[in-house]
Amino acid sequence: MGMAATESQFHVLAVDDSLLDRKLIERLLKTSSYQVTTVDSGSKALEFLGFHEDDQINPDSPSISPNNHQEAEVNLIITDYCMPGMTGYDLLKKIKESSSLRNIPVVIMSSENVPSRITRCLEEGAEEFFLKPVQLSDLKRLRPHMVKTKVKDQNLDKKQENQENPEEKLDKQEIQSEKLQQQQQMGNNNNKRKAMEESLSPDRTRPRYSNGVATVV
Amino acid sequence: MEVGQMQRQWLDYTKSLFLEGFLDGQFLQLQQLQDESNPDFVVEVVSLFFEDSEKLLNDLTSALGQQSVDFKRVDAHVHQLKGSSSSIGAQRVKNACIALRNYCEEQNIEGCIGCLQQVKHEYNMVKNKLENLFRLEQQIVAAGGSIPMTELGF
Repeated sequence: MGMAATESQFHVLAVDDSLLDRKLIERLLKTSSYQVTTVDSGSKALEFLGFHEDDQINPDSPSISPNNHQEAEVNLIITDYCMPGMTGYDLLKKIKESSSLRNIPVVIMSSENVPSRITRCLEEGAEEFFLKPVQLSDLKRLRPHMVKTKVKDQNLDKKQENQENPEEKLDKQEIQSEKLQQQQQMGNNNNKRKAMEESLSPDRTRPRYSNGVATVV
Repeated sequence: MEVGQMQRQWLDYTKSLFLEGFLDGQFLQLQQLQDESNPDFVVEVVSLFFEDSEKLLNDLTSALGQQSVDFKRVDAHVHQLKGSSSSIGAQRVKNACIALRNYCEEQNIEGCIGCLQQVKHEYNMVKNKLENLFRLEQQIVAAGGSIPMTELGF
């Protein structure tokens, strides 16, 4: 999948209202060789992503944010849960409801181990839930989510060029079935999420509307 | 004092901070994130911790001094202080914050006030210890030595 070549280009948007925690997550992500942008609120994150409310109605309309969106492709968003104003959960919902942003994987961080909160975030489409303080070892779990997004993006690009690589399609199908298995296991095991993630393959995705788009070709 | 002696002193002092529970593994994480490109990372984040803590301790003192205490506000401040202390591995401050939050949940003003004293006490202790540690590091570097991080052996 050309992972090594694209790895250095992974760009993570980190959202946290605490300056201390932004410094920390920035350093953690940079140490893991990601490109990082940090913002201190959910609304600034949306601004950076070029989000606008019309997204759902008219997905083809141009972004209101003139420069950011095109230049800075974001491969993953990692956000604190507990923030004043827009919480991490609110941000997650906005992103998953936006036709142009919903493919960006979202990871939630929280210092509180509240099972109902974790479940709610995962049900809303978060890829992972990290307990704070986030460790270097946690960040290893980010890469597979970004690789998948890259593959999807490549497939979408190819759609425009009118060609598709069957191998990548196969990969996606495998990921899908893995996802189903894990979702089943998750039903009973939400509070063991963190421990469980260590042992299982880290792939778990929301239902993939773009899968349909890619196979239309 | 010669460099080798200062380095040994640094090692002993650092180890004592872990053994006495002032710091936990998160502080080691911070040390691991410090490298040539970020030589002052630990000092930078710990300084942010000091700033956060002092502001929050003031906010807490004033919130608990009100005629009718707004426990939601108290809880929000403690939550932040707990987050900051756990982010740098100031374990005893974090634990005192957890105890304070429990009193806050019970809406126990006396308990909260007593516990706030405990949080302040733990904060002052760890601040003092970390400042000693950083001073020792400066002396080692000034004498041309390096911080024997790898010899911590945790």
